[in-house]
Amino acid sequence: MSKYVAWRTDKPRLSLLVDRKAVRWTVILFLLTAAVMIVSTGIGSTWISPTNVVRAVFGGGEAMSQIVVNQLRLPRIVVAVLVGASLAVAGAVLQGLVRNPLASPDVTGITEGASLGAVLFLYFFYGTLSIKWMPVGAIIGAFAVTALLYALAWRNGVSPIRLVLIGTGLSAAFKAVAYMLIISSPFMLAVKSVTFMTGSIYGASWQKEVLPLLPWVAILLPLTWLQARHVNVQALGEEVAGSAGANVPRQRLILLLLSVALAGAAVAIGGAISFIGLMAPHMARKLVGPSFGGLLPVSALLGALILLGADLVARTAFYPQDVAAGVFTAAVGAPFFLFLLYRQGKA
Amino acid sequence: MKSLLFALFALLLAVAVACSIAFGITNISFAEIVRSFTHYDASQAQLIIRTARVPRALVAACVGGSLAVAGALMQVISRNPIASPSTLGINSGAAFFVVLGSGLLGFTGMRALTLVALVGAAVSGAIVYILGSMGRDGMTPVKITLAGATIAAFFFSLTQGYMLADGRMFDQVLIWMVGSVAGRDMNMLVAVLPYMAAGMVIALLLSRHLNVLEMGDDVAQGLGQSTAKIKGFASLAVILLAGASVAVAGPIAFVGIIIPHIVRYFISGDYRWLIPFSALFGAILLVAADLGSRYIAMPSEIPVGVATAILGVPFFVYIARKGRRIG
Repeated sequence: MSKYVAWRTDKPRLSLLVDRKAVRWTVILFLLTAAVMIVSTGIGSTWISPTNVVRAVFGGGEAMSQIVVNQLRLPRIVVAVLVGASLAVAGAVLQGLVRNPLASPDVTGITEGASLGAVLFLYFFYGTLSIKWMPVGAIIGAFAVTALLYALAWRNGVSPIRLVLIGTGLSAAFKAVAYMLIISSPFMLAVKSVTFMTGSIYGASWQKEVLPLLPWVAILLPLTWLQARHVNVQALGEEVAGSAGANVPRQRLILLLLSVALAGAAVAIGGAISFIGLMAPHMARKLVGPSFGGLLPVSALLGALILLGADLVARTAFYPQDVAAGVFTAAVGAPFFLFLLYRQGKA
Repeated sequence: MKSLLFALFALLLAVAVACSIAFGITNISFAEIVRSFTHYDASQAQLIIRTARVPRALVAACVGGSLAVAGALMQVISRNPIASPSTLGINSGAAFFVVLGSGLLGFTGMRALTLVALVGAAVSGAIVYILGSMGRDGMTPVKITLAGATIAAFFFSLTQGYMLADGRMFDQVLIWMVGSVAGRDMNMLVAVLPYMAAGMVIALLLSRHLNVLEMGDDVAQGLGQSTAKIKGFASLAVILLAGASVAVAGPIAFVGIIIPHIVRYFISGDYRWLIPFSALFGAILLVAADLGSRYIAMPSEIPVGVATAILGVPFFVYIARKGRRIG
């Protein structure tokens, strides 16, 4: 049995080479994600059994569990999935672009730009503008930083490596400026800002979090997937990609914009949740290899799973205190990631 | 010639320290400063001088010098022009350990916290080194920079998380996120000074060997240098200098990047001069930056770590753009 299945149609002309392993893992992870979503919706101050959760989602069961499931818990679960998946894909694209498994939105200034945007918003507009505009501030921050990065890294084209190096410098500076604002703002705003910079999906609701985020994810994820072959070509390096006929600068820009849009949207809603963009693509590569067509869905699902797990721990482990989920993605995720890298380095 | 220059800049440092003592929300005349040491009468101005301004200026000078030398050492060891205690995560590691040590484990007193900071610096430095030198092509500048940024982000998140989890600590921890030299007293400086001094001495003793090491591991080994030993001692010095700096002033960014490059450009690339001049220039920079940051948002103060971060970015960008070695 071949590793791949070729799939072609004459009209419209379409040809796909489907990797069996990638399909298998995608299906497995999809089922697993669905299962975790259902079970973790049931976990909380009152336990609701998985069957009752499903019944409640489809409008059956007790009125009480319907409210708890549909109004309180499910939005948060859905946000976890959307944010986790977006961050993971943003990281996967960036790693393909930079050709380095350590690149991620967290350290290249994108997340920091979004954080600074949100903190600036809180500092200057809190009270005068509705808090629901904060995600807009974060998105503007992410794109402004990327534009700045792009301009600063430009020298006869943009080398991804220069982009990343300058990004790490900028992100340190943004962090310092954000903290300057936090130090000089009142206590409540300071806590809000720090919570955002750590990343938390506490108290997510359909109107405020899920609905704004959903269109971004629904459009950007398929769009990114369509770019998969370009990511594969980019991963060959500038010269090879160029001689293979790729318009390297343009594709780089498109991929970068996609990555920023995904990361920016995710950060705007969930705050600067770290390490998912680093970890999920890495684990996905272990499972299905580096080809981006298979890597992307697997990364997205893994990202969703990681954030679901982290958030589950965050809201239950120290109950009634609700710890920011970003703490767990960093505290558990980063050592695990280091362990993976270490094993890989030895092998 | 260079000795003369060194004396000149030492004089400049003295002037900067004097200005730092004199100027601020309350301006104090230089005559009053001199009098506070010769005829102490516990007036308000003299109290400010002795309890606030002098310790602050001295802390800034010592921390600036230490961070600059640590940066210079790290740039040789990792063969990476944008290495520094802040970019490679050493500062955030030390800061996290201090926060954890004082909050969770209940360590008090500057001596204990300094040791905790040193351990933090060593741990994060080791992780970054291992992470950055993994893989087939060994330690490339990009890899170690990314490893450093990742570890910095890691410890940063943990510190933030701890801060959020423990509401009582929020204000105290906040100070540890961006370095500052305000409100330090002499005892704090005295507690860390031995470590800084030790690190500085090691750096000066190593300077001759660093010139050889800079030519590359192969050449250095060919010339008979035990590169592992030199790198080990240099790392020890980095940990002492950076850890002690963080223990007293928190994670101050970019001094370790800016200064060695200035010295290399204007003075000399010879480490026998580069190390002492880095120490001097670092001290001047931080004292001046601290003085300047008092005036940005009078009467409230901007932590000096913010000022250095903003100053550092143009340098960082310039070096990252220019560096052929970086790729």
